[in-house]
Amino acid sequence: MPTYTLSVNNKKMSVEADADTPILWILRDSLNILGPKFGCGVAQCGACTIHLDGNAVRSCVVPVSAVANKKIVTIEGLSVAGDHPLQKAWEELDVAQCGYCQAGQIMSAAVLLKEKPNPTDKDIDNAMAGNICRCGTYLRIRKAIHLAAEKLNSK
Amino acid sequence: MKPNSSRRQFLKVSALSSGGLLLSFSFLNEVVMANPVEDAAFTPNGYIKISSDGSIVLMAPNPEIGQGVKTTLPIIIAEELCVDWKKIQVEFAPVDSKYGRQAAGGSGSVRGRYNELRNAGATAREMLVAAAAQTWNVPNTDCTAENGEVIHKASGRKLSYASLASKAATQEVPTKPILKDPKNFKYIGTRVNDVDAHKIATGQPLFGIDTRREGMLFAMVARSPAYGKTLGSVDDTAALKVNGVKKVIKLKNSVAVVAASTWAAKKGRDALVIQWNTTEKLENTSEHFASFKTMLEKGASSSARNDGDVDAAKQNATKILDVIYEIPALSHGQMEPLNFFADVRDGKVELYGPTQVPGQVKSDVSKQLGISEQNITINTPRQGGGFGRKLMTDNGVEAALISAAAKSPVQVQWTREDDMQNDFYRPAEMYRYRAALSKDNLLAWHQSGVGIGGGIRGDSYVAGALANYRSEGQGFKSNTPTGWWRAPGANTMAFVAESFMDEVCLELKKDPVAFRLELFEKARKEPVGRIGYDPVKYKSVVELVAKMSNWGTTPNGIYRGFATWFSFGSYAAQVVEIKMVNGKPKIIKVFCAVNCGRVINLSGAENQIQGAIVDGICHAMLPKVTFVNGAVAETNFHAYRLLRINDAPLDIEVKFVETEEAPTGLGEPGLPPIAPALANALYAATGKRIRKMPFAEQLG
Repeated sequence: MPTYTLSVNNKKMSVEADADTPILWILRDSLNILGPKFGCGVAQCGACTIHLDGNAVRSCVVPVSAVANKKIVTIEGLSVAGDHPLQKAWEELDVAQCGYCQAGQIMSAAVLLKEKPNPTDKDIDNAMAGNICRCGTYLRIRKAIHLAAEKLNSK
Repeated sequence: MKPNSSRRQFLKVSALSSGGLLLSFSFLNEVVMANPVEDAAFTPNGYIKISSDGSIVLMAPNPEIGQGVKTTLPIIIAEELCVDWKKIQVEFAPVDSKYGRQAAGGSGSVRGRYNELRNAGATAREMLVAAAAQTWNVPNTDCTAENGEVIHKASGRKLSYASLASKAATQEVPTKPILKDPKNFKYIGTRVNDVDAHKIATGQPLFGIDTRREGMLFAMVARSPAYGKTLGSVDDTAALKVNGVKKVIKLKNSVAVVAASTWAAKKGRDALVIQWNTTEKLENTSEHFASFKTMLEKGASSSARNDGDVDAAKQNATKILDVIYEIPALSHGQMEPLNFFADVRDGKVELYGPTQVPGQVKSDVSKQLGISEQNITINTPRQGGGFGRKLMTDNGVEAALISAAAKSPVQVQWTREDDMQNDFYRPAEMYRYRAALSKDNLLAWHQSGVGIGGGIRGDSYVAGALANYRSEGQGFKSNTPTGWWRAPGANTMAFVAESFMDEVCLELKKDPVAFRLELFEKARKEPVGRIGYDPVKYKSVVELVAKMSNWGTTPNGIYRGFATWFSFGSYAAQVVEIKMVNGKPKIIKVFCAVNCGRVINLSGAENQIQGAIVDGICHAMLPKVTFVNGAVAETNFHAYRLLRINDAPLDIEVKFVETEEAPTGLGEPGLPPIAPALANALYAATGKRIRKMPFAEQLG
């Protein structure tokens, strides 16, 4: 098995893996980084969303061979103290029900806020349409993204 | 510490291995004493642990599947215990028969435990107060409990629960603790955030899929690709050559591949060459519906209710409405694909994973492995949704069998495709609804249903409000399995009955809200036969939602639909407002009034109702399960479509009827009315009556 050197949450890590292994399973099974969740395996639900060089990607379909020299950030690395404005907004508005999809939701929202610091509802709907929440927390997700935008802009 | 043998209730005390004191509340006439230690914890029952170091732990006894009970149940305890919510910790209670029904289903956790948990909190509070009174040598009645302290108002003295813990453990257990006057509730009825909100937002490993143990292996299972096929020959040569694959285990009707990682297990599983033999009919959804239709035309086999004379009323009618409604099978589609951890070694079993019925998993594993329940422990993590799927025990039992055969701790992981093909589906159904109408009145109502599994109820309105009413059902036998799906029965009955009621209102030119109020008033004044609902509570939600939505005045370009339904002890009425954009509905706003008794956690309750509405819109509009030669055609979310944020309503306004009554169900009752409300709004917008789910297929 080839060895890959990865940059995950600003740390260099080395793993031995088959080239076709999705980065999701490298993170979860090899590196014990469990924030990104498995939901569908075909980039349909967004539960596994991570940042790859600053873009939101579905880690269940990106093979480890494709991520060398790229910066991976997971929910664990979104903020040092777990206090990213999105994380705080999610807590404040009590967004989650089961909570399973929410790390993926927050990772998608983080990229949106970087690109659009003041998103409209429509911007949110466009950026977040790749993340399914079966519990139906979408209304609170919209509100939390607006609240996080306010927090970011008042900094 | 000496037990008082004259007590009517006794303390059961035993030493914790950690040196603390476990004091459990027992109604048994026995006293088991152990040596108390200096640093005693006060545990007056299985729900509360107060340590001398100041930590207070409250136990959540039921599985958390997103319905919020890990937060709601401890709120009830905290309220009566009089502690500072911000200073308590919450843990899942272990699965143990002393906790009674530790299940998540039937919207039953809060309504089943409300009194029990209030008593648990009040019992502990009174013992803490008694301990303080004893310390100060004052009457108990001069002392009050507040924010984790007992206060003697006259002298201004205070003692923390921590400092009173060991003395509290020696107090007599009150037989009838005095509960708080609800007027003084501090937490119940307020907004309290989920106890795991921070852990969820920071991606901490809370779920079954996140289980990691020393020496654990990962497994995937090849199960039958179609209902009607069974396991034949297995060639595992290629599978065993996959990097990381350790073992291939043949089970009764499936093959497990055990490996060093999830991905290796999957690759190994996919490399198996299996001959599946067709041993039963390979069924098709199209044939199911064709059979349903024939059965409905032939007539009913069993009657759930027959009031008055429906046939005579039909003779007198000026018009008969006679229509067919169609409901597809659904998968549960909970976000966390099934998984389970099992460690079966040396005659002992440890189980950990997502289930709504841990006690049942334990009992089923015991039977399958021939290991007594005393040697099996099971606990449940936070779960990525349930919706009824995990009322079945197959995932837990399968993991135990694999671990036993592998002689290793194993996590069995299902893929989404596995979940889709191996579900216990919301059954497909077909209904024939008939109404006998005079020029301005509903004379008779006749509903017939047929579905896989079958069964129809005869206790929901308009039964009880109408002199002539008949409800009858037929079961259809199929080898496609069925199970409970959020608001079972209600989720389909409400759609059909409340859409049909709208059809009746339109024919009679009656206002849909006014006509229902008229019916509930009839059911209240002169009920026909037994009624399974409270017409006054039904009216309470219909009137409230009419007021919230300013019913009767429709904003420009907006189309509205109304529906109401009673399920799991609670009443919900909804008005949905839509706009048509390029032939498709855009849901602008939903108003929802709920009567669910006293609301415990307003934030959680509102979230449940909003979520149930989104969930109900989702499953009315988009997904369906289609069996083609026994296989599910919709293998993943690309084909089994779930609602996304861009189709979610812009606003959902929820109001709860203010009431002093004990809580009733909340996880399910918000869902049933939305599908008919939406269908009724679509009729208002398009003039087209939708009598079939999913709606989106019919909107062009």
